[in-house]
Amino acid sequence: MSSFKGRNIISLRDMTIDDLWTIVTTAGEVKEGKHRGCLQGKTIASLFFEPSTRTRLSFDSAVIKSGGSVFGFADPGSSSQKKGESFSDSIRTITGYCDAMVIRHPVEGAARLASEVATVPVINAGDGANQHPTQTFLDLFTIHEEFGRLKNLKIGIMGDLKYGRTVHSLTHAMALFGAEMVFISPPSLKMPSAILSGLSEKGISFHTADTPEDAADMNLDILYVTRIQKERFGDPQEYKNVAHGYRIDKNTIIALGEQVRIMHPLPRVDEIAEEVDTTPNAIYFTQAHNGIPTRQALLGLVTGGIS
Amino acid sequence: MERAYKVYAITNGTVIDHIPTPLALRVVEILGLGNEGIFTIGVGFQSKRLPGGKDILKIENRILLESETDTIALIAPDATINIIKNGKVSEKRIISVPDHIYGVMQCPNPNCATNKLGAHRHFKLEDKQEMTYRCEYCERVTEIIPENLTAPE
Repeated sequence: MSSFKGRNIISLRDMTIDDLWTIVTTAGEVKEGKHRGCLQGKTIASLFFEPSTRTRLSFDSAVIKSGGSVFGFADPGSSSQKKGESFSDSIRTITGYCDAMVIRHPVEGAARLASEVATVPVINAGDGANQHPTQTFLDLFTIHEEFGRLKNLKIGIMGDLKYGRTVHSLTHAMALFGAEMVFISPPSLKMPSAILSGLSEKGISFHTADTPEDAADMNLDILYVTRIQKERFGDPQEYKNVAHGYRIDKNTIIALGEQVRIMHPLPRVDEIAEEVDTTPNAIYFTQAHNGIPTRQALLGLVTGGIS
Repeated sequence: MERAYKVYAITNGTVIDHIPTPLALRVVEILGLGNEGIFTIGVGFQSKRLPGGKDILKIENRILLESETDTIALIAPDATINIIKNGKVSEKRIISVPDHIYGVMQCPNPNCATNKLGAHRHFKLEDKQEMTYRCEYCERVTEIIPENLTAPE
């Protein structure tokens, strides 16, 4: 196992395939009941410079379940930056109060900067449109739990592929494992060409499709759905027309085949019909719940509670 | 007969030739020479290699570090560097684009920690052929834009 103790978790770009395996297998061990109390006596700072519900609660729950203590703030209004303190000074101060810190910040690169001034491990819980590595870790853990492997998978990634940090990170990670990928999006929200040419250079097989039905004959193992945001469209009617074509219901599952598993980073608005929730294909709530063992594993690894 | 120089010869220091016109002032800026020692600039000389003309920069009594001369490659990849000691060329230095750029390039992403939170600018070479760099903070890839190069932080 590669050493994680003291390590900052900032970006998928810093991670090797071995690192990802370590996190996925350790998360599996945590879920099986191993490493209980791995954060006993540890204090974790939870610094959310922008509001987030699921990620923050998931981290908080992970700390408490592993026997640690958590403190922090949930919105920037309650941080001392309101008083004019610099971000770096806030981090330099709080680093002395904790054994690791979890940071979400609207500015891209904030977590990297924090890791340079902190003396404890920093975990990036989202920095603007850039990275959200723990989302990708829990996605990988869920895929591994469902299929028993991370290699030789066919995954459709659907929605806002132009701006979505989740899909960019997932694409990066699945490319490391050599997955075959299909990118399904409206023409205005296609995967950036720089990412596609990066895949080509690595010899990763990928396709593009305009609708999920276009991928019907591909026998997809996974369809990873993300939200198409209204604010990306100037015309509300255009949004309505586009979004309608990217709604997953039971008929979509029939078209894609019974083998397909539907994932979503949540929150869902209306891109997956509620009728899908009760099908064996829907694994998005399990995926959200897997954020707990994944974050327990990660915090245990970086604080040395799991070695 | 001694050759007549339009930019006079120096005894010790660094001569940068074949800078495309009019980028010599930009080279002065990214080297941070503004308030430091004596330098002379010649702008708009005829050049076989550079149809648009070339500039020459002579910096007296200062031998530039390789990290500094490699920075010049960002805007003048064909520039030639001669290190002068005791009136003679002691080294002809070949420059290549640096693996890292510190300080002199502003990230074009307005929401980057270097522009919003005071992080020190740092880019890593992404693609040498394309001359693209990735910001160490926001991770966006950018081409070299001479206008985005500034005095060192």
